Amino acid sequence: MTEVHVIGAGIHPFGRHPDKTGLDQGVFAVREALADAGVAWEDIQFAFGGSSAAGAADAALPRLGLTGVQFINIANGCATGGSSLLSGYWAIKSGEFDIGVVMGFDKHPRGAFNADPEASGLQRWYGETGMMLTTQFFAMKIRRYMDLHGISSETLGRVAEKAFENGALAPHAWRREPVGLNTILGSQMLSDPLTKYMFCSPAEGGAALILASDKKMRELGLEGPRVRGAAVRTRVNGSFEVFSPSLDVERGPSPTQIASAAAFEMSGVGPSEIHVAQIQDTESGAEIMHMAENGFCADGQQEQWLAEGRTKLTGALPMNTDGGCLACGEPVGASGLRQVYENVQQLRKRADGRQVENARLAYSQVYGAPGLSAVAILEA
Amino acid sequence: MAAAAVAEGLFVMKDDQPHLIAARRKSDGRVRFPMPKGPEAALYEPVELPAEGALWSYTVQRFRPKTPPYIGADDDANFKPFALGYIEFAGQVIVEGRILTDDVSSLRIGRPMRTVVEPFQTSTRGEVSNFAFEPAD
Repeated sequence: MTEVHVIGAGIHPFGRHPDKTGLDQGVFAVREALADAGVAWEDIQFAFGGSSAAGAADAALPRLGLTGVQFINIANGCATGGSSLLSGYWAIKSGEFDIGVVMGFDKHPRGAFNADPEASGLQRWYGETGMMLTTQFFAMKIRRYMDLHGISSETLGRVAEKAFENGALAPHAWRREPVGLNTILGSQMLSDPLTKYMFCSPAEGGAALILASDKKMRELGLEGPRVRGAAVRTRVNGSFEVFSPSLDVERGPSPTQIASAAAFEMSGVGPSEIHVAQIQDTESGAEIMHMAENGFCADGQQEQWLAEGRTKLTGALPMNTDGGCLACGEPVGASGLRQVYENVQQLRKRADGRQVENARLAYSQVYGAPGLSAVAILEA
Repeated sequence: MAAAAVAEGLFVMKDDQPHLIAARRKSDGRVRFPMPKGPEAALYEPVELPAEGALWSYTVQRFRPKTPPYIGADDDANFKPFALGYIEFAGQVIVEGRILTDDVSSLRIGRPMRTVVEPFQTSTRGEVSNFAFEPAD
């Protein structure tokens, strides 16, 4: 069986860049990834790329070189980056290709995303009456979770506090200043129980990875983390998803739970063996719930874990070591690849100032509308 | 005369009490809201929900939603936050809607809630009516 490795990783810092298009940032990331691996664009056999609001990803081709390379645009909601990675993984694992690029970029307008009901298969009145906001969904999901499992607002605040602490140490993060717990808890309430500092913002940025077969990697004299498992799963009956005018009374698992279980099974490791994890933190509550949905702790244990600092850089299982979406923002096409970029830095011992000691197994999970999750497990 | 509903077929009035019209899929009995439109509708039969259910989760919308799609007649300066949530109709379906209350701190999961009709001011159609929920205890 062909093994798949990440031999290069590049990123354009996330944030706001008025003088650059999304495409500019995507091309920057690809060039950085190529330079990191020491390979030329002409060596690349395939590419998968995506952007949600900044145009077609294959518009990068005239800039990178019109080599005739197979380039496929990926559009899979908030899991676009994770889906690009999965596509590249299969392309090599199948034996069809030896080396390729997965890339993504985006540039979103400020403020909450404005949604089109009909594009999501919904009736217009749902959006017209003010019920089609991703922020409401996240607030209602964590509200119920807090009540059922005894999670406090202070714990939500601790997640954001950790994110900004870590973001201050990551050169590619957007928010580079620590924010105190009281400031987070006392900031403007946007959608109860979530305050302004507990939500990530749509942003800009680009990320790219060079993937290669184990054979190609050896030929090139390179090394890089191996992809042990990767999976994308969508919502099932009974899961609670964004933009749902109604829900089933019979509750079911989330797409994150089933994507996580599939990736762990593929990789032959379990949650207790993971050394560092990047999990979707669209807002503080999402990180709390995803800690359990990915199998890292039981429902309700987050209260103790956060109080003890177990997910901080110095804790037993550091999470979102670059500040996650909360500190980096969420350029949809690039966000999932940013997580993997950070894991590659951790596994290659290049995460200066935020390095997790002895990190050998790294986990990433991106979740988003309309209810899908993408997981990747990397091994140094 | 009451204002026209924001959309047809969301609820029906019986003795001044609105009842939401949900949809039961004929193949597996699964209930959803609202009734689908177009060719998909043939796969469902309408189900009138009871007037009361229980609060399943809730939040407060504290900034004005973006237009489009929002059609409220308010603007950023005079927008009034509103509560919304999911109401569980036991054994049938959980439905999302706006919640009418003067005291959002009194909302609790499990609290009994009743379906009502509220006037909704729009920027494009004047006053329309819409279903909502209010505490029933």
